[in-house]
Order: sequence, then structure tokens, then C-alpha cells
Amino acid sequence: MTQLPETTQKKLGLVIDLDTCVGCHACVISCKGWNTENYGAPLSDQDPYGGAGSGTFLNRVHSYEAKPKDGPAQLVHFPKSCLHCEDAPCVTVCPTGASYKRVEDGIVLVNEDNCIGCGLCAWSCPYGAREMDVAEGVMKKCTLCVDRIYNENLPEVDRIPSCVRTCPAGARHFGDLGDPDSDVSKLVAERGGMDLMPEMGTSPVNKYLPPRPKDQMAGKIDLLAPLLTPVAEEATGFMAWLDKTLEKI
Amino acid sequence: MHPAPSVILFSTLSGLGFGLLFWLGLGYPDVTGWVAFAFFAIAYLLAVGGLLASTFHLGHPERALKAFTQWRSSWLSREGLAAVAALLVMAGFGAGLVFLGEFWTVLGLLGAVLSIATVFTTSMIYGQLKTVPRWNMPLTPVMFVSFSLAGGALLAGQVDWALGLLILAGIVQVAHWVLGDKALAGSGTTLATATGLGDMGTLKAFEPPHTGSNYLLREFAYVVARKHALKLRVISLALMVGVPVLLLMLPFHHFSAFVAVLSHLGGVAASRWLFFAEAEHVVGLYYGKL
Repeated sequence: MTQLPETTQKKLGLVIDLDTCVGCHACVISCKGWNTENYGAPLSDQDPYGGAGSGTFLNRVHSYEAKPKDGPAQLVHFPKSCLHCEDAPCVTVCPTGASYKRVEDGIVLVNEDNCIGCGLCAWSCPYGAREMDVAEGVMKKCTLCVDRIYNENLPEVDRIPSCVRTCPAGARHFGDLGDPDSDVSKLVAERGGMDLMPEMGTSPVNKYLPPRPKDQMAGKIDLLAPLLTPVAEEATGFMAWLDKTLEKI
Repeated sequence: MHPAPSVILFSTLSGLGFGLLFWLGLGYPDVTGWVAFAFFAIAYLLAVGGLLASTFHLGHPERALKAFTQWRSSWLSREGLAAVAALLVMAGFGAGLVFLGEFWTVLGLLGAVLSIATVFTTSMIYGQLKTVPRWNMPLTPVMFVSFSLAGGALLAGQVDWALGLLILAGIVQVAHWVLGDKALAGSGTTLATATGLGDMGTLKAFEPPHTGSNYLLREFAYVVARKHALKLRVISLALMVGVPVLLLMLPFHHFSAFVAVLSHLGGVAASRWLFFAEAEHVVGLYYGKL
């Protein structure tokens, strides 16, 4: 059914801290690793060891440079995956009912048995969160590791999405954003968590925490500077004569 | 957007085919027997041929029947249903004309409405997408429907209607280009809203997430065409409207009518190619490609 649920009991999603992310891409690799051998069709690669490698990924890390009017430029690493939107356009455009949003937790999933691989859901997603798998001909997307978070065969500490479990910097947080008292909701409130492309009207569940302002140095601080100032500004004596003579030649 | 040949072929041919069915349903030209059979055969070859071509780009065409189920929310599903309904109704109407020499007015009218509704649903697949500002405007369905009506009139040999509708379609096309060129800037979506980092200063995509290509870049960041866009627009408009209008103003001859149809078909295909190739998907912003 591709009609969106009126409400969902939970709004499971990610909170991504752009202040903390170091851009190591460990989340990308762990996501690919977990999801290629679990839920649905594997995430294929084409020509992986050749000159034109390309493959299906559910999570990718961009890097942006922000240059303020004055002051040095800042680099922001920017992980991007499905935002599990409340008003997900990818769900309503699907002609077969393969794309759906779960009532119980709000996760947006693809039933790959019903997917005809038309690609319209990827067209409708402003975030580039869906990628067609070239080998399988079906649409792949982040499942929020639905096969981990409820999986009682895993130790409790592992019952979170693979990217969150892996992040060495603690830049990714998982929880119920529909519950105002959850840790992730508090974090969003505290740090001014934001939506990506709010003008698209998708109401993303995932939130991004903006980088904290950097310390501004008042003036130039150079510890060695006093020791390196030239002792004699103007040459005198023999050096002055040499300087003059060399000028004349 | 990647201009997939199967989708261009589909929307060009089936647009023309359903346009012809629209006029046949209204009784223009008023034909029966074998002449009617010839007209219906051309319309069905175009419409059905186009529909079949559209399944070529599917990952799993064998599951295509499932696409009829989600008409409540999906324009693609509605298109499938409208197309099948139009083809079935017009088959009944055509059978009456060809075999019985009967003109069933109500059935023809219903078929005509369904035929043009099919073209409208096709256009809404593109027109609904907020992610492609160039398509996300009311002029998109107007353009598809006006092309279809004009091409249909041309194929149906309705010279007066064809002349007026071709010129109208040309005006709509030019308006779509002019408004389309401003659509992305007007949408308010920028790298700043995409990342939420606008307050930090001027943003630049510093490093892409992957060194190779991927589905997103192949599908959404097609930039090859933009270099020759203006030349192609002129060529497309000349073939689609200019040449057919000139030929229609000459005394009627079957050969010149045939050339007019071919020219129009080529022009619409070129316009449709531009429709995709020039369309900017906002995901390109994340890659610094817009």
C-alpha cells in the first residue's frame, strides 16, 4: 500500500552530528557490509577492481567547505542516507505498492518482490537516498537496519543500525524522534537539530546537528615571532658598503 | 535527468497515438470500414508500441501488472489504468466503425476523454516531482496535452485544427523553456537548504563521497546536452511546428502530409530529449553539479 500512514506509533530515525563527524567513511563501509548480506538483495558492485568501479550504497559521506566572509574556511563532513520522511514522496509515487512506510515505527522500506525497478521513487527523493541496484534491477535504500534493531539473536548493544554501532566518533545517534523524552529528541532540542531541504515538504524524521561555532582567535598569535625579529633593520659598516657596491654593479 | 531512449520513444509515440485516438473518438475524420481500420491501426501501433517501449527501462518488466494496483496515490499507476481503459474502449468503438459501420457516439466520446486523460497522467508523472523544478509546474501537463492534440490532429488530417493547435503547442513549448530556465532558481532549493549549513558562509562541494560514478550521477546529473541546448531548441521547434505548418498551408497532398507528420515526430522527439536532458534534479546540488 503506497498511501502514507496518518501517524506512526514511533518515529525511529537517526540524528547525525555534523560537529563530530570526522569523515572517516566507516559508517559507509559497515552499512554496505551488513546490508549486502542481510535484508533483501545484496548491494552489488560493477567493475569493482577495474578502472570504472561503481556500486550500490545506502549511505554516503559528502564533504563541504564553508567559507565565512572573514575567517578561515571550515570543512564539514556530511553523511547522507534515507531520512525516513513522514511525508515520503518515494512511497506515494510507487505504482506497485513495493515502497511503504511502516505504521509501527515509521521506517520506509521496499518490498523487493513487488519492485518493478521503474526508478520513480528515486526520482521523487530530493536527497538521493535511493539507488537502483544494477545487478538485481530493484530499488535499494536504508532499512534503518530493521534486521538488527529488533533482532534478539544479537547482543543488546548491537541492536542499533550498523552505521551507528560503527561510528568511532559517536557522530550518529539512533532512537525514537516521536518521543519528546527520548535521548535523541533531547539532543535535537539542545543542539538545534535541523531538517534538510525543509522547502520540499517531506518532513524528514532524521535530524542533523549543525557544527558548533569554532573559537575565534582575537589576533595573530605567534610564539616564535619575538625571537625571530631582525636585530638590525639597516645595515651598517662593512655590510652597508657591500650592499651599496653590489647595488652599483 | 538521464534521457533514457525508451522513455523518450514511449512518450513521443504514445502521445501521438493517443492524440490520434482522441480525434478518432470524436469522429474526425468521419471514416468507416477499411479506411477506419487503417487509422485505428496507426493509432494503436503508436500508442501500444510506445507503452511497450516504456517497459524496456524497467528492472523487472515481468512484474509490470502490479503497477495497476496503486492508483490511489501514484500517477504512474493511474497512467497504466487510463491507458488500458482508453485502448479497450477505443477498440470497441473502432470495431463498430470498421466492421459494422456504426458510430457509437457515447463510446467514442468516452474513448476520446480517456485517451487524453492518459496523456495527462503521463505528464503528471513528471509534473508532480518537486525534485525537478523544471518539470514541477502546471505548464508541463499543458505542454504534453497540447503536443498530443496537435500531433493527433495532424495525423487525423484535420488541417484547420492542426494548424491552430501546432502553433499553440509551439507557444506552450517556448513558454515551458522560458519558465523552466528560471525554475530551479525560483524553487529556493540551494546547497544551503540541502545541507542546512548556509549560516556558516559560502558553501562549496569540497570532496565527493565516491571517486567513481554511481546510479545517482548517471540518472540525475546529466549535463551533456546543455552545451547545445539552444541549437537543439531551435531545431526541435522548426521540425515540430515550423515545417508542418508550412506544409499544411500548401495545397493538400498525401506526400506533403506524410513529411509533415515525420517532421513533427522528429521535432517532438527532440523536444522530449531536451525535456529530460535539461532537467535539473536537486540531488545534483549535493554533488556540486548544479
